[in-house]
Amino acid sequence: MDTLLQQIINGLSLGAIYALIALGYTMVYGVLRLINFAHGDVYMIGAFAGYYLANAMNLDANPSILGTIAVTMGSMAICAAIGVLIERLAYRPVRHHSRLTALITAIGVSLLLEYGGQVVFGAAPRFFPQMIRSEIYSWGGAQITNQNLLIIVVSLVVMFGLQFIVHRTKIGKAMRATSYNLNVAKLMGINTDRVIAFTFALGSALAAVGGVMVALAIPRIDPLMGLMTGLKAFVAAVLGGIGNIPGAMIGGMLIGLMETWLGATAYSTYRDAVAFGVLILILIIRPAGIMGTAATEKV
Amino acid sequence: MSPARKVLNSAAVLVLLAAANYAIEHGVGDFQLNPYYARILNLIGINITLAVSLNLINGLAGQFSIGHAGFMAVGGYTAAYITVSAGARIAGLLGGTLAGGPGAAAAMIVSLTGGALAAALAGVVVGIPSLRLKGDYLAIVTLGFGEIIRVVILNIPAVGGATGYTDAIPITNVFWIFLVAILTIVIVRNIASSTFGRALATIRDDEIAAEAVGINTTRYKVLAFVVSAALAGVAGGLSGQLFANPLSPQNFNFVKSIEIIVMIVIGGIGSITGAVVGATALTILPEALRGFDQQFPGLRMVVYSLLLIGFMIFRPQGLFGRREFGLHWFGWPNRTKIPVALTDTADARAHTPQRPVDRRGTLGGSDTDD
Repeated sequence: MDTLLQQIINGLSLGAIYALIALGYTMVYGVLRLINFAHGDVYMIGAFAGYYLANAMNLDANPSILGTIAVTMGSMAICAAIGVLIERLAYRPVRHHSRLTALITAIGVSLLLEYGGQVVFGAAPRFFPQMIRSEIYSWGGAQITNQNLLIIVVSLVVMFGLQFIVHRTKIGKAMRATSYNLNVAKLMGINTDRVIAFTFALGSALAAVGGVMVALAIPRIDPLMGLMTGLKAFVAAVLGGIGNIPGAMIGGMLIGLMETWLGATAYSTYRDAVAFGVLILILIIRPAGIMGTAATEKV
Repeated sequence: MSPARKVLNSAAVLVLLAAANYAIEHGVGDFQLNPYYARILNLIGINITLAVSLNLINGLAGQFSIGHAGFMAVGGYTAAYITVSAGARIAGLLGGTLAGGPGAAAAMIVSLTGGALAAALAGVVVGIPSLRLKGDYLAIVTLGFGEIIRVVILNIPAVGGATGYTDAIPITNVFWIFLVAILTIVIVRNIASSTFGRALATIRDDEIAAEAVGINTTRYKVLAFVVSAALAGVAGGLSGQLFANPLSPQNFNFVKSIEIIVMIVIGGIGSITGAVVGATALTILPEALRGFDQQFPGLRMVVYSLLLIGFMIFRPQGLFGRREFGLHWFGWPNRTKIPVALTDTADARAHTPQRPVDRRGTLGGSDTDD
């Protein structure tokens, strides 16, 4: 019982990471129908931005909550700017081409960030400063670190925040309109370019939160850290039903639970394959995902 | 082309390849090709096979797959395993050894056939479920299958698992590599100008219309996918038995698939000529950049990614578009009948009827709440 509870807690902590990143994927896909492959790499840049900011503020020696918040905010700002820049320079010029052209561009941007990161930051892993001292809470025989608890809480807060923005604010309404039909939204006087830029800024800022939070729990960061995590987070978004915000959360949690469960069995070496296996199953059985709505093709 | 002329042409190609192979291995007079250049030449041949075969499914059929390295891995490991376990016996049947001559040739043919069959089987297993999907979903699922194949190979101790297959025997040479490359070009070209190719082109341009005129779209797509996978398997079999260094699952990851895609994107998706040019250019380019790459690790991939983005923004049709090289470039009559799509022209694009937008994945769900 204790180990089961512990496994669930570990799975949810891992799943919350995927969920945080999946939220960004789902938003961009929702608005542009583009798999933003580079999203996982923006998450990596978020972690590196946090690393440099925290070291500049010397937070390793003097850990503080306030400092952590400042680092997170700084990293969010940097990533939001990078996200907008990527959209402006790479995605906007290909928006009117086929979706495949956009997809290949996204793969290109992703590679550029990964290997550009290797050139700029160096290929060797860095170790993120401990901005918050690690503490372990025990509860009913199961344990959770304060960092993991933070990740779960932050991802929940972010999810509800996003849900609020998309459904209850004016810009959210504009985002939904753009998602529904870009050209009609334009006719209704919505500045769709600005809405899309905002979507990228928001999504990238969320990726930065993810990067800093994950680096707190797992301090080893390197320029390729966003590749696998990003792909799995995308799977989480598809699993939950792409475009659906609570769906991304559920998808992320499910992937996290499954990976943790498989990691505890004799098949632990297949861990990296489980997300893709799930993706293939879901796309064949229920292509719209758990929370998504099915679409029929009309001529 | 008359049958006699075909036989004559084939014989000429074989003799030329054998002569080239002899010249590279033994030198001509005082001239001996630098092993480094010989290595690049070999890689060019293998990459041509990979790019042209991927072009069949991505370019002609228009089904965007990014898991080509997975099929290469299946073929490579199978071929290497066959040579290691049975190669000496096969060569012995002809009274030879793996060192050269008819014995090595027999081992090569058997192992490559085995690799092709295994990769084709993997193509069936991956293709049937995946090809129900389209566009970006198909891309991500083929990527997923590629990763699954890699993880599975990592877990097979008989072929070395994560440490790599150190037993693999290097029996490949220029003759086999370019024979396969030429065969691949001929196969894909013939498919493109056949009924099969026309069906694929129709599916690429409008799948619903293709179905409406009675084309069994699933059957053709899976068939193209399987042929493409089998050819990638042969390329894998060649590259797996080329060097003395071990086959490693790491050689067949996502980045390898992307490299092959960059080749066909730069050449022009859908053009066989483009795939050949792209494969050649992108094999030579990283070697030319090797000095920089050692100074700044990762720079090679940075150049690749910038090329990819640049081409997508400024020339999405690649260098060749869907044009093919042929004697018609020099005023001869054009005998190849590869169908060129109507969608190639802006005019055709402007007249394509607008279909209702797919609402799948609409932000916040498609049912509005206010």
